[in-house]
Amino acid sequence: MFRFVLTRVTLIVPTFIGITLLVFVLIRLIPGDPIETMAGERGLDAALHERLLQEYGLDRPVLVQYWFYLLRLLHGDLGRSIVTHKPVIEEFASLFPATVELSLCAILFALCLGLPAGIIAAVRRNSIFDHGVMGVSLTGYSMPIFWWGLLLILLFSVQLGWTPVSGRISVLYFVQPVTGFLLIDTLLSGESGAFTSALSHLVLPTIVLGTVPLAVIARMTRSAMLEVLGEDYIRTARAKGLSNFRVIAIHALRNALIPIVTVIGLQVGLLFTGAILTETIFSWPGVGKWLIEGINRRDYPILQGGTLLIGAIIMTVNLLVDVTYGMINPRIRRPR
Amino acid sequence: MSKSRLLLALAVPAMLIVTPLAAKTLVFCSEGSPENFYPGINTTGTSFDANSQIYSRIVDFERGTTKVIPGLAEKWDISADGTVYTFHLRKGVKWHSNANFKPTRDLNADDIIFAIERQWKESNPYFKVTSSNHSYFNDMGMPKLLKSVDKVDDYTVKITLNAAEAPFLSDLAMEYAGIQSKEYADAMLKAGTPEKLDQEPIGSGPFMLVQYQKDAIIRYKAFPQFWGGKAKIDDLIFAITPDASVRWAKLQKGECHVMPYPNPADLDAIRKDPNVTVLEQPGLNIGYLAYNTTKKPFDDVRVRKAFNMAMNKQAIIDAVYLSTGVAATNPIPPTMWSYNKSIKDDPYNPEAAKKLLAEAGYPNGLETDLWAMPVQRPYNPNAKRIAELMQADLAKIGVKAEIKSFEWGEYRKRAQAGEHQMAQLGWTGDNGDPDNFLNTLLGCSAAKSNGSNIAKFCYQPFEDLVQKAKSVSDQAERTALYEKAQVIFKEQAPWFTIAHSVQLKPVRKEVVDFKLSPFGRHTFYGVDIK
Repeated sequence: MFRFVLTRVTLIVPTFIGITLLVFVLIRLIPGDPIETMAGERGLDAALHERLLQEYGLDRPVLVQYWFYLLRLLHGDLGRSIVTHKPVIEEFASLFPATVELSLCAILFALCLGLPAGIIAAVRRNSIFDHGVMGVSLTGYSMPIFWWGLLLILLFSVQLGWTPVSGRISVLYFVQPVTGFLLIDTLLSGESGAFTSALSHLVLPTIVLGTVPLAVIARMTRSAMLEVLGEDYIRTARAKGLSNFRVIAIHALRNALIPIVTVIGLQVGLLFTGAILTETIFSWPGVGKWLIEGINRRDYPILQGGTLLIGAIIMTVNLLVDVTYGMINPRIRRPR
Repeated sequence: MSKSRLLLALAVPAMLIVTPLAAKTLVFCSEGSPENFYPGINTTGTSFDANSQIYSRIVDFERGTTKVIPGLAEKWDISADGTVYTFHLRKGVKWHSNANFKPTRDLNADDIIFAIERQWKESNPYFKVTSSNHSYFNDMGMPKLLKSVDKVDDYTVKITLNAAEAPFLSDLAMEYAGIQSKEYADAMLKAGTPEKLDQEPIGSGPFMLVQYQKDAIIRYKAFPQFWGGKAKIDDLIFAITPDASVRWAKLQKGECHVMPYPNPADLDAIRKDPNVTVLEQPGLNIGYLAYNTTKKPFDDVRVRKAFNMAMNKQAIIDAVYLSTGVAATNPIPPTMWSYNKSIKDDPYNPEAAKKLLAEAGYPNGLETDLWAMPVQRPYNPNAKRIAELMQADLAKIGVKAEIKSFEWGEYRKRAQAGEHQMAQLGWTGDNGDPDNFLNTLLGCSAAKSNGSNIAKFCYQPFEDLVQKAKSVSDQAERTALYEKAQVIFKEQAPWFTIAHSVQLKPVRKEVVDFKLSPFGRHTFYGVDIK
């Protein structure tokens, strides 16, 4: 197992270098530079433009810039935002808990509904429930996040008044971040109203962000379960007189889990993509929205640092998924 | 430590920071996060909105107008030749305080000099702190204009200019000229954390910053010792909400009281809401199509006039601006002083246009390019759509116009270099002075390569009037000069003036005395809530 983990970890190093190089070059291929983008109708005086490019080190050849960037990176310095002039790591750290909180809730929501729905659909194959689940999940999967979010806001917040429109907590509560996870911070504060407010603000964004993973998980669970349920050993288990629950939950589900875990791992990466739109609609102060603004303003350090950090997180999640495979299925971790 | 003690230790400090808000809280659904809390390097209205609550300026714009009124300076004298300004500062102006800094003195001349020198002199230790890109200070021509800034005594500052500049006072009322505390700056420099000056701001304005969470919230509290008297509201909150439809949903539900930039598609619903009033006013802006007057065929005024008559302005406004634009006749907006109401716009008349074009030597029409910005701007919601409508209109008089576009930075650079024949662009006023439109956009010095005058229009009779108006300080005299300049503009037609976009501001009915700023800013001092 140790060797297996070590091999996976070693693979991370070239991936990291690949990410830094790709992001570094790609963002410089977008026309316009950060200094030009900041100027309004008046434009910039050529001499001042030159001086500012020099100040930010953007006048050097791209490879030289990349070399200095790598050197700083090795010292743990991700640079400062060109727009806000704050360290990238500081901005990331202040926004990331919001994205994690939302993503965790979304994946939990997707798992809690998607897994059982997929299992039941597989067990009751071709029933009304099966067709219903598959139809709804296909709709959910094809739903544009922007439209879905606005629709939910109009229905639940504006018409019915059940949920707040946007934000993380009502402006009436003044909770300074301690952990950055508002559910925890409000709970620690002992103010029950604050916790309920934070929770109610999570409902709609969780549904919106969790819809696509929910659909994917439900469909994947169904097909994986169907495949396993047709195996000989399941028939044997049933012939032995095991209860239906035991056959499905213990014998079938464990073997069906491998592709499902893969999909969940991939969904974590996709959650960040979904978070970009969800955060914009719900004014959720997370890293997705931050990166989009970085692109619009050609804020190179933000984009480089942000992508690298998110890349690191996705790689860690994938590593965990690989390790989980090894735990679920010993054949994966043992070389033939 | 036992589990329960640990929990208690964590819970107590957290409990202390949950504080209920005072009765009068106004929530503004702002559209984005500020760049930082130093207005000297800000370039966006969003940042200016966040900062103008905190800082005071030497002089101010009267709320809702472009009129300059006393700010930190209670009065001023201008020398007869218009080059020396002596400002007499208010006494007893208090500074805010925060965890890092408690002021020991009131505002004085040192603070004013620091604020100017920080943007002006590279030798100032703060020149490069946060950024050395003092965008507006440079744009308003301050480095060339300023000769010296001197302290006469603790409450008197003398600013000497290299030449008379009538809009100088207006320039000082702009947000970039917000005054920071020199005492705080010195303390932070000594502590080795100069950047804190721009991140944890200390101002002398009506509201002090309590909390800022990027992309989430800016929380202010009314400053009880504000020199103009405490604000009528107690707490001011900017709930950062980037999506326009979501801002409207929040306003509708009462989660915020004022919202900027409504989505045009929501306007009908907003107008029907009994709890909301929509304030509207033509903004201090203009969208136009500039003819390159140095290139054929647009070096001939008849061609320019013919084009002006060939394009159906009202149809463009109806199709693209919807209810958010009014037709523009003059190069300055109607809300600006010296706007010449007597000028009539060129009528839409394709037949007359065709005839005039033939007279100019183009009986069979001509070919030209037509540039359209790739981005939405405050004065132009969709330049490409406008270009298509213009193209169709011009085809009717035999003109074949080819639409071109580039990336925004490139577009601006090439247009300023004069590579185009016809290009759309626009302007949003900085200081409310007509000079900021007529000289900045149509003056001879701006017609040089890389200047803002993309029509490359340099016409001596117009130039003489505009330059004279810049050097006299009597407003009545200036008005007469600018009115004449607008007549010449219309005769010479360097632009097809398209529209002034209308500023629309949905405000809940419980908000009292909110005034639209001609600059599109949001000022909450003086606003009350029922």
